Amino acid sequence: MKFQIPIGPQHPALKEPISLRMTVEGEVIRDADIRLGYNHRGLEKLAEDKTWIQNIYLTERICGICSHSHATCYVQGVEKLMEIVPPKRGLYIRYLVSELERIHSHLLWLGVAGHEAGFDSFFMYTWRDREIVMDLLELISGNRVHYAINTLGGVRRDIDEGQKAKILEGIITLRKRSEYYFHIGANEPSFVARLAGVGLLTKEQAVSLCAVGPMARASGITRDVRKEDPYAVYDEMDFEVGTAESCDVLGRVVVRVKELLESYKLCEQILHKLPAGDIVVKAPRKAKPNEAVSRYEAPRGENIHYIKSNGSDKPERLKVRAPTLANYPATVEMLKNGFIADIPLIFAAIDPCICCAERTVSLVNIRSGEETVVRLSDLRRQAIERHKNAPPKRNAVWPF
Amino acid sequence: MAVLRTILYLVVYPGLLFLFIYSTFCEWFDRKVYARLQNRMGPTHTGRFGLLQPIADFVKLLAKEDVVPEAADKRLFSLLPIFGLAVVSTAGLLLPVWNFDLAAPGPTSFSGDIIVLLYLLSLPTLILFLAAWASTNIFSTIGGSRVLTMLFGYEVPLFLSVLSPAILANSWRLAEIAAFYQKKPLLILPNLLGFLVAVIAVQAKLERTPFDIPHAETEIVGGTFTEYSGKKLALFRLMMDIEMVVSAGLLAAVFLGGFPGGALIGFVSFVIKTLFVIFLLALLRAMTSRIRIDQVVTFAWKYLAPLAVLQLLIVILLKGILP
Repeated sequence: MKFQIPIGPQHPALKEPISLRMTVEGEVIRDADIRLGYNHRGLEKLAEDKTWIQNIYLTERICGICSHSHATCYVQGVEKLMEIVPPKRGLYIRYLVSELERIHSHLLWLGVAGHEAGFDSFFMYTWRDREIVMDLLELISGNRVHYAINTLGGVRRDIDEGQKAKILEGIITLRKRSEYYFHIGANEPSFVARLAGVGLLTKEQAVSLCAVGPMARASGITRDVRKEDPYAVYDEMDFEVGTAESCDVLGRVVVRVKELLESYKLCEQILHKLPAGDIVVKAPRKAKPNEAVSRYEAPRGENIHYIKSNGSDKPERLKVRAPTLANYPATVEMLKNGFIADIPLIFAAIDPCICCAERTVSLVNIRSGEETVVRLSDLRRQAIERHKNAPPKRNAVWPF
Repeated sequence: MAVLRTILYLVVYPGLLFLFIYSTFCEWFDRKVYARLQNRMGPTHTGRFGLLQPIADFVKLLAKEDVVPEAADKRLFSLLPIFGLAVVSTAGLLLPVWNFDLAAPGPTSFSGDIIVLLYLLSLPTLILFLAAWASTNIFSTIGGSRVLTMLFGYEVPLFLSVLSPAILANSWRLAEIAAFYQKKPLLILPNLLGFLVAVIAVQAKLERTPFDIPHAETEIVGGTFTEYSGKKLALFRLMMDIEMVVSAGLLAAVFLGGFPGGALIGFVSFVIKTLFVIFLLALLRAMTSRIRIDQVVTFAWKYLAPLAVLQLLIVILLKGILP
């Protein structure tokens, strides 16, 4: 017997609204369908109304976890457009925050993976240790979530010797804990039984479906913007791209823990090499008409911002391609022929950031299943017509 | 007078009131151990050391809105929590804590009571399945089918492992089994394997991690309990708590030598031994992650059932050797 189960838009496994519809036979998924648009906020349009500086704070709010990723990606692009080069010290601090953010994001993800697998002890431990890195971020920037450290042409706050010592101290603790998690993730029998062989994505599939970030790396592809197209400080650093060959959720756990260890290495290198000098140069108010593409390796994968300027103090167009969006096609493939029990794990394995990926709204006709993308003005006209003609319906039927 | 005693027996001690208080205490203990193992505090606020937290939760749930879905089988939906609570409370009366006196057996101690107890402990599983089915929600239905699938996995190993000490003691009466092992405490040792199997099977019966599959919140929302709310959910939760106490009591009576020493000392040893079993269950809960339904059945038939049969074999051989 085939039937459809709705996962979302509201579901305990999802922290953000998205709709996954699974056609299942018993416990086995035969087909999957992802529907987006529950969290669309019109950020790209809003960016066109704000100045270059204001947009830093807007892009930072695209996401709560990888806030620094979006802001940095945007700032990199704008700096290209304005043809300014930030001073070395500023860059070092900027990418130190980047790496700390990666650490906090991966620790958070490890906890979420543990929770989705029903391993709450793992969740409690990783989230406790995540507090260390959150405190370090607060120490540097004054904030725990939206660090607001970036500005055009550098960063807004310097770090001193005391802070440096504290960060190094925190990283030693974190490294010790991460090695322990690596041990648990690879050895706890019930955890491994739950993750191994789940959500298979072969190397060929990962390439053809354009998977990015830890997803691609867990399928054995060495794809990392920091290494392939080193931006800013990364060509001066010594680090490796963590990969796994197992192509499953376990591989994605392994890749993320490896990346954690690499990030600790990076943080230490950045702090030891931290050059003296200014942290910021003055940026012009306007940018010449031009366009720029900025690539950035966010914790979840490659983040792309396309920015077009028209000579004014505002962007003409800002296009955001968040890593989560790039991973959706692969997710649908991975869900097929899996178990219901594996849905949260497979979906969580891409580390979905739904609000990052919401760039458009599509309307679905519940009865016919037809999907359309409409303009806001059409939507308004439709709504007015509907309310004119039909009285409010009582006893509305739940569509599923 | 006899009527009054019976009423007290059923309602106060060891009936509903005692079971309610003791099971909420056990829930507190379980939560506290689980929390400490996870580096958390656990309940601290309500009552001293948060002791009253489970009761507060129960009362809070009682006060909540009670929704019965339109499409549900309303009578069944409403009756099942009460029925489940009645079944596990009846099972509680059969424990040999209050039936310690072999010479003057109470009305709830008879030959074959271990079978009745196991039967009464199987019923909640069926009640959960019926509850899931009656609520007609799609998540409940999946939860209900998972409840039954799991039953096929753990029930046989549980029965085999619990009955083998009884075979060694040559009795189907809990009080006699306990008395046998009190006389020959060394014979507890050959049953340790069965104890291990039984603890895992009880963990599965109580639907706790790694076997909390029927109500895995990240997969199927509330699973069996998706549509339950308010009073009915409170009763179901109380049912699960009492089931935990009774199962722990059963394991303690059969594998850990029962509760010697009359009413008072026997009661103290009952508390200590059940808390020990619950501690093991909490440890298991903290150390593992939820496994998949097919993995449960495979695990049960590949490892648990053969181990239980091995235990049975050991007992039969031992019986041949012993005088």
